[in-house]
Amino acid sequence: MVEKEREERAYKTIIKTIKDAPLEEFYTSGHRTCQGCESALLMRFLAKSAGPRTIVIGATGCMYVANTTYYTTSWVVPWVHTQLGGSGAAALGTAAALKALMRKGKIKQEPINVIAFCGDLGCADMGLSGVSNAMTYDYNLLIILYDNESSANTDIQETSMTPYGAQTTFSRPGKVRRIMKRRWKKSVVPMIIAGHRTIKYAATMNPAYPLDGLNKIRKALEIGGPTFIHSLDPCPKGWDYDPQFSHELGVLAVETGIWPLYEYIEGKIVYDEPTKSIVEGRTKRKPVREFLEKQGRFSHFTEEDVEYFQRMVDEMYEDWEIPGVMPIKSLNVKIDDN
Amino acid sequence: MTETRKLIEKEVLMNGTQAVAHAAMYADVDVVTAYPIRPYTEVMDTISKLIADGELDAEFVIAEGEHGQFEAVKHASLVGARTLVGSSGTGWMYGMEAIVVTATDRAPVVAIIGNRALDDPGAYGVEHNDALMVRDVGWLLVWVDTAQEAFDTTLIAYRVGEDPRVLLPVGVSMDGGFLTHAEQIVRLPPKELAKEFLPPYNRGKYMVHPDNPISVAPQVNEDWVMELRRQHDEAMERARNVIVEAYDNFKKVFGRYPGTTKEIELPENPFVEPFMTDDAEVILVGMGTVSKPMKVAIKKMRQEGYKAGMLRLRWFRPFPTQDVMKYLGNTRVVCVVDRDYSIGSPNRGGAVYQEIRSALYDLDQRPKVLGFIGGLGGREVTIQDVEKIIKIGYEHRDTPITKPVYWAGVRGDPW
Repeated sequence: MVEKEREERAYKTIIKTIKDAPLEEFYTSGHRTCQGCESALLMRFLAKSAGPRTIVIGATGCMYVANTTYYTTSWVVPWVHTQLGGSGAAALGTAAALKALMRKGKIKQEPINVIAFCGDLGCADMGLSGVSNAMTYDYNLLIILYDNESSANTDIQETSMTPYGAQTTFSRPGKVRRIMKRRWKKSVVPMIIAGHRTIKYAATMNPAYPLDGLNKIRKALEIGGPTFIHSLDPCPKGWDYDPQFSHELGVLAVETGIWPLYEYIEGKIVYDEPTKSIVEGRTKRKPVREFLEKQGRFSHFTEEDVEYFQRMVDEMYEDWEIPGVMPIKSLNVKIDDN
Repeated sequence: MTETRKLIEKEVLMNGTQAVAHAAMYADVDVVTAYPIRPYTEVMDTISKLIADGELDAEFVIAEGEHGQFEAVKHASLVGARTLVGSSGTGWMYGMEAIVVTATDRAPVVAIIGNRALDDPGAYGVEHNDALMVRDVGWLLVWVDTAQEAFDTTLIAYRVGEDPRVLLPVGVSMDGGFLTHAEQIVRLPPKELAKEFLPPYNRGKYMVHPDNPISVAPQVNEDWVMELRRQHDEAMERARNVIVEAYDNFKKVFGRYPGTTKEIELPENPFVEPFMTDDAEVILVGMGTVSKPMKVAIKKMRQEGYKAGMLRLRWFRPFPTQDVMKYLGNTRVVCVVDRDYSIGSPNRGGAVYQEIRSALYDLDQRPKVLGFIGGLGGREVTIQDVEKIIKIGYEHRDTPITKPVYWAGVRGDPW
């Protein structure tokens, strides 16, 4: 019954059209992010969606150095820095402290959102164990992975989130080896939902779909417990394209099927448009070439590389148990996809 | 008044780690984060039981490693919670990044450090190098000698660290094995007295809360780092007076001097424990439980005509420069026994040796300073070792120093 109420409450706070979104900004002027930065847009969504009763924790990364240079901080809500690998633990410590202080009557009892954000390195690489540990406790905290597919404030280095074959300063094509990044990108949300029974809500998002993103942050905070959101943020500097195409590239990542939009709600996968139409076969995926050819980081790709990329994406939808999500295939059991 | 208070004190047999855990319970900590490593772990074992038994109301978070453990308490402390954390040896090293920013973010967490050797080779005996890794980054550091002192000093650590004039983390260090696991009688005062002694933690305008929307640790580069480091240093300096106040107040509230079970043990000095120093020609200097063989050897050697004494350092940061000058300034030879090493340092001596020599440098009449590295990795510093150290010191009363640093008791080295 309580579950039901909570679910209802979550859907009551849903923003129906972009015009209904709150006008107040809690991540405002003063940041120094690059032109066309989608991660900055994500920060704005998270602050807008969460509102003023929020504590934001930011791990080292481009969103730390660009947003919170002293004198010019863009955060209206309280904001605390954490170390590169510390977001999970920092969120846990903050949430635990609020719980203890409220229970013991040392501060006023009220819901306070705890949101920690971290980049590729801070979440998917060195910080993964901390994020995982935070997901096993039942404190109310939300961890957001802002994924620009590289280490973006140290001059674009390869991370485990960099896509196959992309050029970074750690993966430069050369005379003998054209493809230096041969690892395939990690799937973080499936890893989180498969491994942590405590978690009731997780999602992928993309700032090219603002309403979708705003609502996902709302739902995560309303459903409560440890929650996780993975956002793919096109990065003009790292991906090497003209800043005006940030939005277009975000849309293309979804329409080519490279970046499926979905939510994990209480044990079930729910697809969001346009991924929903793709999975249900109503829309055809666009060729990945359209996404790849618009970015300088793939300029060294040959036909063969594009075909390989396409084949890997096709596999996500044709061979996986849950299309685009779980990289496994069961041989004996047919799982009902409701 | 003292009499009535003594009546309600409880005498309990417990080891050093359990004493710290009980002090944290008396301090009513809000958040505790744990990750296991010997020999500090029993602090958390005890805390877990105290919470399970309903004697302590706190959030008990098991971290995924020491980095997370220290990161979590740092943030808990920034939102206004009183916290307990701790580690040993390589675990303390693993958390080092978070440990450093705990100090620079001015989060007054209290950490118990069960001193342990650094790997490799795997060893869990005492060595002070682990705690000394933070000597330069703005942690207050105190070494305790008995379980009673561990209990009392932990209460003092909260009071000093959380003082608005200080706001710095405190490392309560104790010798692994010799103190973490040695049971002694501890006098537990009534809880009301602890409340009287320890005010609630109040971060004031630095508290992270939606009502106080501040940005903590924004990036500053060359614009402000100099000023921040200076403020940090000044806070450490202010801690000196706060420590003295805390010890005085402890005595008033509990009716006894911290670290002792006696009513008042003279002479009183929060920073150092002098022992037979008044007429001593050779004074031994050490930290932690090495004081035990030292005291026995000194008493024995005095009967043989050697005028020896001891100065045990309690607080290592802030370093008690004035007290070191006062107690060591009139002696002939100072023999520093380091349970640590600083490989490649001046004279190849230990860290305490370097600090003592540096503190004495400004005196017009300086005593000679000899360094002894001993008891590494949990090896015992025996009474015989100390006797030998006193004899070596005595030989140097009138002769110049040819060998400034000895390794006390290394196989195959006739020191």
